[in-house]
Amino acid sequence: MTDASMDNAAEGARRTISLYADDDLTRKRNAAEKRFQAYGIAAIAAGLFFLIVLLVSIVGSGVGAFQQTFITVPVYLDEAKLDKNGNRDVEDIKKVSTFGYNPLIEQAVFDKVTENGIATPLAKRGDMKALLSASAAAQVRDTVIANPDLIGQTVEFRILASSRVDGYLKGRVKREDVERDKNIDAEHLDLVDAFVASGVIQKQFNVDFILGADASESRPEQAGIGVAMLGSFFMMIVVLLLSLPIGVAASIYLEEFAPQNRWTDMIEVNISNLAAVPSIVFGILGLAVFIQFAHLPQSAPLVGGLVLTLMTLPTIIISTRASLKAVPPSIRDAALGVGASKMQAVFHHVLPLAMPGILTGTIIGLAQALGETAPLLLIGMVGYIATNYPGGIAEGFLSPNSAMPAQIYEWAKRADPAYYERAWGGIIILLVFLLTMNIIAIILRRRFERRW
Amino acid sequence: MYDTPNTERDVDQKEIKIEARGVQVFYGTTHAIKDVDVDIEDKTVTAFIGPSGCGKSTFLRCLNRMNDTIDICRVEGKIEIDGDDIYDKRVDPVQLRAKVGMVFQKPNPFPKSIYDNIAYGPRIHGLAKTKADLDEIVEKSLRRGAIWDEVKDRLHAPGTGLSGGQQQRLCIARAVATEPEVLLMDEPCSALDPIATAQVEELIDELRENYSVVIVTHSMQQAARVSQKTAFFHLGNLVEFGETGKIFTNPEDSRTESYITGRIG
Amino acid sequence: MPVLWLILIVLVIGAVGFVIGRQKALGSAGGDSRELHSLPTYYGSNVFMKVVVPALLLMVVWLVVQPLMIENTISKMIPDSEIDAGSNLGLVMAEVRRAAEGLDNAVAAGAISEDMARNARADFTDMTTRLKDAGQIVTSEITQPILAAAQQYRISTSRGSLLMTIAVIAVALAGLAWAYMQTHKDFRARNVVEQGVLAILISAASIAILTTIGIVLSLIGNTVAFADLYGVGLLVRELGHEEIARIVAADPELAAKLGQDYSDIEFGMEYYSGWARSWAGLADFFTNLDWAPSFSGRGGASSLGIIPLLWGTLYISVVALVVAVPIGLFAAVYLSEYASNRVRSFAKPMLEVLAGIPTIVYGLFALLTIGPILMSVFGDNTVGWMQGQRAVLTAGIAMGIMLIPFVSSLSDDIINAVPQAMRDGSYGLGATRSETIRQVVLPAALPGIVGAILLAASRAIGETMIVVLGAGAAARLSLNPFEAMTTVTAKIVSQLTGDSDFASPEALVAFALGMTLFLMTLGLNVFALYIVRKYREQYD
Repeated sequence: MTDASMDNAAEGARRTISLYADDDLTRKRNAAEKRFQAYGIAAIAAGLFFLIVLLVSIVGSGVGAFQQTFITVPVYLDEAKLDKNGNRDVEDIKKVSTFGYNPLIEQAVFDKVTENGIATPLAKRGDMKALLSASAAAQVRDTVIANPDLIGQTVEFRILASSRVDGYLKGRVKREDVERDKNIDAEHLDLVDAFVASGVIQKQFNVDFILGADASESRPEQAGIGVAMLGSFFMMIVVLLLSLPIGVAASIYLEEFAPQNRWTDMIEVNISNLAAVPSIVFGILGLAVFIQFAHLPQSAPLVGGLVLTLMTLPTIIISTRASLKAVPPSIRDAALGVGASKMQAVFHHVLPLAMPGILTGTIIGLAQALGETAPLLLIGMVGYIATNYPGGIAEGFLSPNSAMPAQIYEWAKRADPAYYERAWGGIIILLVFLLTMNIIAIILRRRFERRW
Repeated sequence: MYDTPNTERDVDQKEIKIEARGVQVFYGTTHAIKDVDVDIEDKTVTAFIGPSGCGKSTFLRCLNRMNDTIDICRVEGKIEIDGDDIYDKRVDPVQLRAKVGMVFQKPNPFPKSIYDNIAYGPRIHGLAKTKADLDEIVEKSLRRGAIWDEVKDRLHAPGTGLSGGQQQRLCIARAVATEPEVLLMDEPCSALDPIATAQVEELIDELRENYSVVIVTHSMQQAARVSQKTAFFHLGNLVEFGETGKIFTNPEDSRTESYITGRIG
Repeated sequence: MPVLWLILIVLVIGAVGFVIGRQKALGSAGGDSRELHSLPTYYGSNVFMKVVVPALLLMVVWLVVQPLMIENTISKMIPDSEIDAGSNLGLVMAEVRRAAEGLDNAVAAGAISEDMARNARADFTDMTTRLKDAGQIVTSEITQPILAAAQQYRISTSRGSLLMTIAVIAVALAGLAWAYMQTHKDFRARNVVEQGVLAILISAASIAILTTIGIVLSLIGNTVAFADLYGVGLLVRELGHEEIARIVAADPELAAKLGQDYSDIEFGMEYYSGWARSWAGLADFFTNLDWAPSFSGRGGASSLGIIPLLWGTLYISVVALVVAVPIGLFAAVYLSEYASNRVRSFAKPMLEVLAGIPTIVYGLFALLTIGPILMSVFGDNTVGWMQGQRAVLTAGIAMGIMLIPFVSSLSDDIINAVPQAMRDGSYGLGATRSETIRQVVLPAALPGIVGAILLAASRAIGETMIVVLGAGAAARLSLNPFEAMTTVTAKIVSQLTGDSDFASPEALVAFALGMTLFLMTLGLNVFALYIVRKYREQYD
């Protein structure tokens, strides 16, 4: 069978390999091996490097948004200006617009200059305007309207500084920049330095960023993500209430009851394709079906929730089916064996056992929906809309609102760089939510995971 | 052809190829091989037999350091091939494996053509300078693998398209192509039908001309048919090692006797 | 909220039905539940189901159909004269709805009485002043026919709601009666309830199909509308004003149809067939090398060619894949073939964190981190290749980072599916790990990896937020990766969120873009999944 002569010829030519001495080829091959391994390490390192750069830029640029510069001054609430009639009637007081309050606040700041003996070329009360947020007057006015008895007294207020002052303290606004800036001058910055030294101006934790409403383009110091957070919350409620039952029902049918036929095949193909349809297409669907056709209100969290439900359903169905599949057939057999119907076997035994997996998948689907932006833009959740707290639960679902990622996008689009800090800060909050949801999912999985 | 154990087989003392002393293998905390000493001769077929899980395959994989690819596996003791300790730091396992080829339980041709399957080893070890050299090596190896006549007309067809027995002979040819000195075979016939098994066994007997062959087998008949030396493993211990004829007709250890008469297994 | 109340009423009827159904079943068995065919709860559930399901189904259908019917009747009330040039029926109907809502609010606020709101002969000026005083009219002046239509709209809507309430409650009660009659100890309640539950499960599963149908219909409908509008504009522009006047003068029948004042578009709608218009629109959409939408209302002619957008999309996707594929693939190879357990258990989840980060974050990262870094390297201060922070490279790199975990986890699965025997065979021949990977594992895994890359490409093509923030807004056919370009997805967002009129070709083109995007990603996905499945079968 073998060619004997050839074998013998080969015998003489057999290479003898010494195990100890490396030859050139082996050295070359080992070098190639090292190189290849280095590529792998480099790839992992690149991935981790990008992650670190990403996290560092998020935290580095966003953490500033949680601090805001405030000016603490005692404001004399002059009766002659605020309540000319002197009867403390709220209706009368309301007639005084914010313009009436501005001089009082500016005067209060100006008094601080004299009080601290700060030498500044800014000799007029009106020069203080550049230090103050445009929202300061409204803040004081709201306090007075809420409590008219304060009129005539001197009350200490913590007032938002203007975004330029805030930016100066945070290093965003540099001295060389202000030459071209018509909102603030170098003299103002000198004054700010002096005020910081005397404790009038301070950076403090800013709870309004987390809980507050969006503000107009010119008042970045006032903007908060709280209303958009509520918008996201109401959307997630819709997504949870719709996608969990529908997803579970669909999965149970497909996994436990569906006969092998064309209809089932079609559903399966549809689900796997929908999972890969770009999210913006779901936005187009929402715009055409829910708003154009069904005339549901634009920008409403209800519509946002519906769109996100359709988008997350495939994800939830896929993970739910995996959990159902993981329950061994012996459980079903056991239930059927004691005379339970198929429906009873599924609902009494299989479903409870699969529940931890289903919940984990649902939370991950929700986290995905929470971070989604593109479809929301198409149904109108963009622009300056997250300005009012919803008045109740119905309004929460139906009145125009934004969502966290859409609010972040809105801020990123605005021209004032002060809004970039807000956008990064918003991302921190969004990521904290996502992280929490993922940790809950991991804990659920760890605690209840069962190996069959 | 080899149906009965041939006690009058050629049993001349031959050059010792592999010398193992005090070999211990641990998988994590499991002690898989306990203090095994064995000498494997050149140009001889040595069979490792024993019940499942006795460590015969593990020991086989120590001989070309295939266990290195398993993270939790640890080997102690000394294994020398031609006097070189293969667990020495200077030894490159890659070079060792070129010298000690291996054939596996299940035929595992690469998803490439028959030609490329054979040429793979020579290529990575730089055995051929020209295309003609490579063609020659491929032909020679396929002839040695006793499969040349069946595949010579379709060298560029995928190796996975062959039948199980052909695939296994292809894998043997592939192992031979790197010009090894020792061939390790881990139950090479367990996935084959009786006819393919007979063909492979015939091939093993021919390979003995040039190589030291070590074969792990489940089948005692196979060990008796193809080997000159037999080692019986039980629970990680080498119980008995000697001439195949002697082990099968007159074993010294009672455990060996029980195993070959079918009382333990 | 009458609908909410109606649902509650139906649920209450259902709950009552549950209790009495259960009791009747027990009663028929003489109080001994062992005599029953099914558990008592099933008899209750049977009644509940037959009350709630038909009633709520009727309600949903009614809610969808009623507005369509009312809209249809009301729109006949509006004379053509109310529809200005540049406007359309849809906009006028929106006006009618707003006016009706204003009337509702005014009645609720007590500014006008219910009778007055209903009275079709009420004084028009008086009504509008009152509405204005109540702060209910903020849009343009309402005209008499619109107000009348709004009044009719209100009346029809409230009548419809009343009818619906009656019908739904009647159906609920009928269901109650029917199920109650059925209830008897030998009635197979469990089987019936389970059939019902199964029907619910099937309909839940069918939502996937409904969603696909919804996507396809909304895309096709609006794409056709776009092609029609865009095409007719192109055709009449090609003819020119004088030519149109000549054609109309030569054709008395056409002239009679068009009347005295007709716009070029109106002429085109009469003169060309629907097919001709749509064909002209689509042909230009797919072949025009220029993307230049005019700002609506200025009357300028838009050039809406998809090619520059497709080019930007593909270019950015290619950049993204150039970043993601080598890194992802090598990371996967390292993690599955080299890394120790400790490294793997750390690095794998870390890379997957990248996958869990929302795309808006990558968008911001592109705009505010990658863009400035690229500017400082390639910008005006150094080599001067880059003019602005938004560029193909900016978006492409961010997208590449996003895709790394996608590529690596898919490839990881695929590499792990290559049988260990294959690796052993190679090691047994004395191959090094890298030789084994490059010459045995990767070739064996190639189809799967190609599938994974195609899936990643489909992700890249459909990605929106990164390109909206990082790529720029100008459509450009250029090879320079430092230039700003725009993509299909970015233009869908800008065309639909801008203030252009929804019925204009400039807004509708977004649907044609969406359709193209949908078909492209769908094709890629189907193909990629096919390859991956074929590959998996090979080793199963």
